[in-house]
Amino acid sequence: MSRRILTGVVSVVSAAGLVLSLTACGGTTKNDSTASGPAASTASADPNAASKQGVKMAFLPKQLNNPYSDIEVGGGKTALDELKGTYKLVGPNDASASSQVSYINTLIQQQQDVIGIAANDPNAVCPSLNQARSAGIKVVAFDSDAAKNCRDVFINQASTQGIGEQLAKMANELAGGEGEIAILSATPNATNQNAWIDVMKQELAKPEYSKLKLDKIAYGNDDDQKSFQEAQGLLQSFPNLKVIVSPTTVGIAAAARYVSSSSYKGKVAITGLGTPNQMRAFVKDGTVKEFALWNPADIGYLAAYAGVALSSGQITGAQGQKFKAGKLGEYTIGADGEIVLGPPTVFNADNIDKFNF
Amino acid sequence: MSDPTTAARRPAWLARLASWDVAVIAIAIVVLLVASGTIDNFGTGRNYTFLLLDLLPIALMALPMTFIIVTGEIDLSVASTLGLTSAVMGSLWNSGLTIEMIIPLCIVLGAVLGAVNGFFVTVLKLPSLAVTIGTMALYRGLAFVVLGDSAVADFPGSYTSWVTGTLGGSSIPNVLIPLIVLAIVFGVVLHATPIGRGVFAAGASDTAARFAGIRTGRTKFWLYVVSGAVAGLAGVLWTLRYSSARADNGFGLELAVVAAVLLGGVSIFGGKGTLPGVLGGVVLLSALQNALRLQDVSNEALNIVTGVLLIISVLLPNILSSSRAALQRRRRRSPSRKPELSPAPSSNPER
Repeated sequence: MSRRILTGVVSVVSAAGLVLSLTACGGTTKNDSTASGPAASTASADPNAASKQGVKMAFLPKQLNNPYSDIEVGGGKTALDELKGTYKLVGPNDASASSQVSYINTLIQQQQDVIGIAANDPNAVCPSLNQARSAGIKVVAFDSDAAKNCRDVFINQASTQGIGEQLAKMANELAGGEGEIAILSATPNATNQNAWIDVMKQELAKPEYSKLKLDKIAYGNDDDQKSFQEAQGLLQSFPNLKVIVSPTTVGIAAAARYVSSSSYKGKVAITGLGTPNQMRAFVKDGTVKEFALWNPADIGYLAAYAGVALSSGQITGAQGQKFKAGKLGEYTIGADGEIVLGPPTVFNADNIDKFNF
Repeated sequence: MSDPTTAARRPAWLARLASWDVAVIAIAIVVLLVASGTIDNFGTGRNYTFLLLDLLPIALMALPMTFIIVTGEIDLSVASTLGLTSAVMGSLWNSGLTIEMIIPLCIVLGAVLGAVNGFFVTVLKLPSLAVTIGTMALYRGLAFVVLGDSAVADFPGSYTSWVTGTLGGSSIPNVLIPLIVLAIVFGVVLHATPIGRGVFAAGASDTAARFAGIRTGRTKFWLYVVSGAVAGLAGVLWTLRYSSARADNGFGLELAVVAAVLLGGVSIFGGKGTLPGVLGGVVLLSALQNALRLQDVSNEALNIVTGVLLIISVLLPNILSSSRAALQRRRRRSPSRKPELSPAPSSNPER
């Protein structure tokens, strides 16, 4: 008896699912659905319009209390102070895909002028970002792009090509033009890392790098301990290794820590992408000669200037438009509304003390 | 102090008024009214749409969770079931199946995942806390096996816009309809059918319920199946709402569901609780979150408020019942004398 009624409940639940299925005509597959193209901006920009004061811009990083994004949004605050705008910082405590959506909804309700977002998932935030845009809010993606048709511009910290080239160049310099190198990456499916490594491989295939040999790509999963062990493993497996290139801040610090406390110090070079504060000690003690990174504060700074330029009608996000970004100078919008911050900064013993992040 | 006999003869409806679940519904309504009156942009139609969309997955999964906790068990695997369903939905969509096939399949998958829990808990007689902590990790792990770190996003616009859309230009989200239908079904089954009575009996005393001829094991098994199926449906709706199938979808949501159920006056020891109270708990938590965010209150403060509310909701009924019991004991000991110490607790249930 009870079983019959419970089975009834199960069928009601399934029926609810079927009702959902019946809301559209039968048989929709992946091939039927065409992604809607970006709505081309038809509004015309007036590059000579005055910058609006009192622009309310809210920054929504991937998650709060992350040292890196704290520096990014700090740059945004600096810029908004210069522009006499109002700065606000909101965000989830976890970097999951959908947690940002309710924050976007809140910002819509609060009638912000600009939202600066580092998207945890380019598509999950899309519907709510477009709701924001239809409510007249400008959307600036920074650091991690949202889908192209849901934001006005994207501040890219560096072009993939630029980073990959820089990594290959540093590896070549440190190896003295020939020898064995290895890569210590994050996870095997980390989008950014893999894109940079692909460019690096293309570079290494060029004649000027023909004497460099890439032994192995190891994965430390952006976990300090695992990266440390992988660095150890690389040096034990490849006794002739000259350079370890780690395009992740966790990996480069772990590898440098291992080398600085081992007999390899001074014999094996560590380079890659790291922050000055975590690498300072290793640069001072000679373990690391040079490494690179973009300046995260500049990303937020540029995002704020782009936001105010959008809000003032100086730009709309179309390719070729120009705007001024305070101390960073003039920028031109590239294809798909992308604004590239510039080439990565190379840090070494001479300049590292000028940076604090 | 009133005459001791009046307390014993209080009519049933007055006792209901003093119960926690009614209090939660009242507090939720007060919070909604106060927030609408005092917080800018809270009382707008659009904000209520956002609020309802945000609470939908929690409310859905809280329905079967209420039944399970009333029987004295728990299901901590619901959020992982949601995640695995979402991941499978993404990979099936990639494989070229029609969405009309995928949605029922995902709900069936949820039911199967629930049946696994049910099998361990009722056939192998393992403690549900241990079992569902295990399947929580297992299902989340499987979700990452299915989809890894990638996301599938190109679901058909007709479906995604239905899930995020509202009824004919009003502020009522379309997805509220299935939620209301399910809430009524679950409410009626729990409070007005033999099944519901069996569920309460199993929670009050499993042994006694079995002697009374209730097949508690079978009931619990099917509750886990339903819980899984609803979590599967929540996974489908979640994926379509965010147009993003990911393995980490709904991460950590199981605690929000359990918190809402407990806040709604369901006893973690089983045998006590009402479905309207649980829905009141869901609305209260979501409304507080929405209101505090509009006021730019930090997440940390939000968590503190939630924690304090939960502790109060567990503590208050206990204080009430123990002070009542103490009063009755004292009266039994000294039927002729007035008690020399007036124990009147500050939280006197009589109003």
